[in-house]
Amino acid sequence: MKSYLKISTAAAVLIALGACASQPEPPPPVEEAPPVEQPAPPPPPPPPPVVEEPTGPAPGSLEDFRVNVGERVYFDLNEYRLDPDDQEILKLQAAWLQSYPSVRIMVAGNCDERGTREYNLALGERRASVVKDYLVSLGVDPSRIDTISYGKERPIAAGSDEASWALNRNGFTQIVSGTTS
Amino acid sequence: MTRLLLALVMAFTAAIGLAPTASAELKVLVEGPGNFKPVPLAIPDFEVRGGTNTDLARQIADVVRNDLESTGLFEMQNPASFIQKDLSIDVQPRFADWKIIKTDGLVVGAFEELPDGKIAVSFRLWDVYAGDVMRINGQPGRRLTTTPDNWRRIAHKIADSIYTRLTGEDPYFDTRIVYIAETGPKLNRVKRLAIMDSDGANQQYLTPGTNTVLTPRFSPSAQEITYMSYEGGKPRVYLFNIETGRQELLGNFPGMTFAPRFSRDGESVLLTQANNGNSDLYIMNLQTRQSRRLTDHPAIDTSPSMSPDGKAIVFTSDRGGSPQLYIMNTDGSPRTCPSGGRDVACRITFNKGQYSTPVWSPRGDLVAFTKQLGGKFYIGVIGTDGTGERLLTEAYLDEGPDWSPNGRVIVYFRESRPGAGPQLWSVDLSGRNERRLQTQTEASDPAWSPLLQ
Repeated sequence: MKSYLKISTAAAVLIALGACASQPEPPPPVEEAPPVEQPAPPPPPPPPPVVEEPTGPAPGSLEDFRVNVGERVYFDLNEYRLDPDDQEILKLQAAWLQSYPSVRIMVAGNCDERGTREYNLALGERRASVVKDYLVSLGVDPSRIDTISYGKERPIAAGSDEASWALNRNGFTQIVSGTTS
Repeated sequence: MTRLLLALVMAFTAAIGLAPTASAELKVLVEGPGNFKPVPLAIPDFEVRGGTNTDLARQIADVVRNDLESTGLFEMQNPASFIQKDLSIDVQPRFADWKIIKTDGLVVGAFEELPDGKIAVSFRLWDVYAGDVMRINGQPGRRLTTTPDNWRRIAHKIADSIYTRLTGEDPYFDTRIVYIAETGPKLNRVKRLAIMDSDGANQQYLTPGTNTVLTPRFSPSAQEITYMSYEGGKPRVYLFNIETGRQELLGNFPGMTFAPRFSRDGESVLLTQANNGNSDLYIMNLQTRQSRRLTDHPAIDTSPSMSPDGKAIVFTSDRGGSPQLYIMNTDGSPRTCPSGGRDVACRITFNKGQYSTPVWSPRGDLVAFTKQLGGKFYIGVIGTDGTGERLLTEAYLDEGPDWSPNGRVIVYFRESRPGAGPQLWSVDLSGRNERRLQTQTEASDPAWSPLLQ
């Protein structure tokens, strides 16, 4: 559901951008006749009943960050390097954090279950630190970023298979405070 | 008769690993040959001499039998096969009756309730084929006294005496195991510090489960535990006093601290601090609370464990590209490495696979470890010079070995297949006798106490 929302929002943005770019140049202005006095318009109709329409998360909210930016980057097996996809997400995170300078975050480093506990605690710390360093390199004030390692203690996928392990090897940017809602 | 006896002893020696000695005394070799068979022991229920608590008398004998059987070295004879029913601790047994059922050793015990409310248990160990009592500490038997609520410790001490007398090994039954009790779904696990007797009795929870706790280890006094807790949202190393239940933060490190383990003298704790993406080893003196940095390397260094003489430390490092085991001098001076050259840290694992969680054996000659290779996990041991690697177990996940205080048995945790919760297991150093330790919940991170005082 989360990813569907994210994809649909992204698609909407792309369509809007595409529409803009392909629009032909507007024609030159044509002189128009001066306005003629007209009778007062009829009173506006009463406002329609409030309908709960999904209008997307409020900008600067936790949900905004989760849906429109992305909270996690995913690491390869035994790795702590950020690939280009991870860097893209972190660039979005950094831009978002610059827009909402009161927001503080905690970056958690997580590992899959196919390592030993203590080494994974160290590896998770390294992953969290790599994410923090990248955000700082993009201009986020380091005092806004705390890090924590959960090693293999906080899986997000319960399976014992490659797909689950890939999800569980992540850097998780959690907003601690300072959101608009 | 003597010829027959000798022949029998020789037969047993060949088949089951009894050492032929000059006196042909009953002796169990713990490093038996491949076709090892356990040595038959008879431990009839203890005679109730004072008082009427036959239940307690039988329970004590049960614990003794269970302890000895759990070693895999002994086979308890079926009481239904016993011929002599009128055993008494003061009278020599009729050895012929016990030879018929092919019993090598016979334990005769007596239980008393004393006027002051305490209980006493006496026992003798008989060598059936030698036809003689086996002296323990020079005495023809032992008598132990305690309060009734402490009866299990008497039983463990009796089993320890018998084990030590028959194997020549140091005892280990009168000990406890601390571990992490795990409950709840995989995505929301509750982890509590828990403790139990070495045989799984008297399970207690020491922390409420509000914070995740990991990797407990005993102090050499068995009174304190050091472990890692996420208390206050910060992963750090703590001390826990078992008697007072008091928990105390250890040190004032800016980064996260984890992987603690007491030094052999109990005066210090070795631990890892991770800060800004780098994990290094530290040692903290518990008196002065001064800490000293042991490693300063951009790679991950973690899981330190000290040698029994305190002079060296084995640890995990990925400085070579993957997790492997290294040994350094505690004072940081260079070592002559078994693989050649001199270095402050010598790598000792060079076979295929990843190695971690090293624990130096109490005897000093071996390091136990977790190995990962080809999608499997193994518990193994290796010489401190990097020779003689032996894998003792194999499973989907086998992790986190710790030694019994006599260095004969290794306790660890296992997930037997993908998705199976962790359970505690033990294995003999010989690789025989893999056994599950019963716990009330799923369990991980076991650590063995020293012998209780």
